[in-house]
Amino acid sequence: MLLAASVIQSFAQQVVSGVASGAIYASLALALVLIYRAMDVANFAQGEMAMFATFVAYTLITQFHLPYLLAFVLTILLAFAGGVIVERAFVRPFEGAPVLTLVIVTLALFSIVNGLAGLIWGYVFKTFDSPFPARSVQVGGVFVGIQDLGVIAVTLVVLAVVFSFFRYTRLGLAMRAAALYPESSRLLGVRTSRMLALGWGLAAAVGAVSGMMVAPIVFLDPNMMQPVLLFAFAAAVLGGIESPVGSVIGGVIVGVLLALVGTYLPGGQNLRIPFGLIVIVAVLLFRPAGLFGRREMKRV
Amino acid sequence: MTATGALNSSRLRASTIFPALVALVVLFGIPLTTDSFQTFQFANVAVFVVAILGLNLLTGYSGQISLGNGAFMAIGGYTTALLVARLGVPYALTIPLSGLLAAAAGVMIGIPALRLRGIYLALATFALALAVTPVLNNFDSFTGGHAGLNLNPAAPPFGLDLSNEQWLYFLCWAVAAILFLPARLLIGSRTGRAWMAIRDGETAATANGISISFYKTLAFGISAFYAGVAGSLQAVVLAYINPDSYSLTLSLSLLIGAVVGGLGSVWGPVLGGLVVVWLPYLAERAAGLHLGPLSFGGKPDIGFGILLLVLMYFAPAGLAGLAGRAWRWYRRLRRGSGGPADGESEMVEPEPVETAERQVEPDQMST
Repeated sequence: MLLAASVIQSFAQQVVSGVASGAIYASLALALVLIYRAMDVANFAQGEMAMFATFVAYTLITQFHLPYLLAFVLTILLAFAGGVIVERAFVRPFEGAPVLTLVIVTLALFSIVNGLAGLIWGYVFKTFDSPFPARSVQVGGVFVGIQDLGVIAVTLVVLAVVFSFFRYTRLGLAMRAAALYPESSRLLGVRTSRMLALGWGLAAAVGAVSGMMVAPIVFLDPNMMQPVLLFAFAAAVLGGIESPVGSVIGGVIVGVLLALVGTYLPGGQNLRIPFGLIVIVAVLLFRPAGLFGRREMKRV
Repeated sequence: MTATGALNSSRLRASTIFPALVALVVLFGIPLTTDSFQTFQFANVAVFVVAILGLNLLTGYSGQISLGNGAFMAIGGYTTALLVARLGVPYALTIPLSGLLAAAAGVMIGIPALRLRGIYLALATFALALAVTPVLNNFDSFTGGHAGLNLNPAAPPFGLDLSNEQWLYFLCWAVAAILFLPARLLIGSRTGRAWMAIRDGETAATANGISISFYKTLAFGISAFYAGVAGSLQAVVLAYINPDSYSLTLSLSLLIGAVVGGLGSVWGPVLGGLVVVWLPYLAERAAGLHLGPLSFGGKPDIGFGILLLVLMYFAPAGLAGLAGRAWRWYRRLRRGSGGPADGESEMVEPEPVETAERQVEPDQMST
């Protein structure tokens, strides 16, 4: 009886921490979806951009001794600016190029950003302090880390901001229009190219949050975001790569599944990344549009 | 235009024979004139040439993006390492076997890949590239895990008077030359034309009676065969293997090599192999020379990234495309300003990346 209770409790704890990591994947997946909707390409550099932003936050906190909250906000603003600059400088020349070209361009950005971070901050693992206390609170008989709750809360706030931006502002409306109907929007006076740059900025800002949330859990180093990027891809594909809501739900599902795989399968920690691969391939084979996506139609 | 280019180039002509002769002279000259480290590096170039040849068939000709060919190299490398280290099989025997095992894996990956195109295929193969190292580490009782596997260094057979490096050099380049030929012939054959037709428009290819699933799966299988052989050669050359050698970086450098050399060009993989092996080394040397921003602190990633961006913008057909352009410009110059002489158009190598870019997107046509 007692054993059963402890099994259930540990299961529940795994689910909660899975939801927390899922929230991190969800933020990065949302960033990927924002860019995918705008230009039909998966940004392979998204994780590296988030990693770079996290290093900026690290520098702001350790070198400039800024309080965490200020560094957090400042990093988001810098990431936004960085995203806009990257789009204007490196992606815009390739607007309208075939998918292969765009994939290679984002992979080139991946290499450059990764190398730059290594050049500036080195490859020694760094600890990135969490803003949340390491204590747990008891909720309904289950111990839940405040860290996990904090990550979930931060992600919810970010999502709320992004959704209200797209839902309630004219700029958000223009961006949605530019993504869905570029030709018609241009006729109506929407600067579609500029909207793309804003989209990259927004994605970089959202991605930066995921980087700052994941850094206290794994150590901060230039390669920290690669598995996260893979899980975010899995989340985006599972949710339907065109659907922001889907990417968030997909992130949570992937997070919980990975937590359970990591805990209950033998050698589970090593199998997390292959499991991400299995999720991606399985979704694409059996439900290519994901949970919330539309079926792709093509005019011949 | 691409199809006719391939038709013409399938016949051997002076433009093929001349570079081949030059290549032969250079190949035999290198190990005689370089020190043992450089010879070793050039053996590595051959390894990458083989792998990039395969990736070029897959991505350059059949139009399927793969970020995961490093996984097939891992299969080849571990086949050789395990057979040699555990069972004492002669390493030369393991090379074709590695290729075949990798090809089988390639066909198995190719079948689900049939339903994925463009960005989804890139995503799935990206995940494949990331999954290799943890999977190898997980089955450490079989693969030796982090510690890796040591092989005896390959010594020259038949009492040949060669240093180890020279022997490895000739072995790798012999394999590369043997595998170059079928790749070259495939491109000019019915199969190559089917791949290019699929790449340039799947619907049109189907309408012309090309079996999409057969040719796409075939491309994956052949590409994986090349990668498997390359992985096997690499294990022999390095005489050591461990899971961390098969990180994302390896798969990325294959793609970088294919793109920089020139996707969909015959000689591109050779140029790509040279760049992928020598650029990191030169970047480190440049860092030692304190060349400022040019050296990027010895981080080849930055150099590779910038090279990719510059090439994609100015010369999407890669170095091979640039070389072809320079060659045509030189010919025109030599013939005077009388405009292109006849036969000039036959010289044009197919430049698929450029032609692909000029395709009109279907949804743009509809609006």
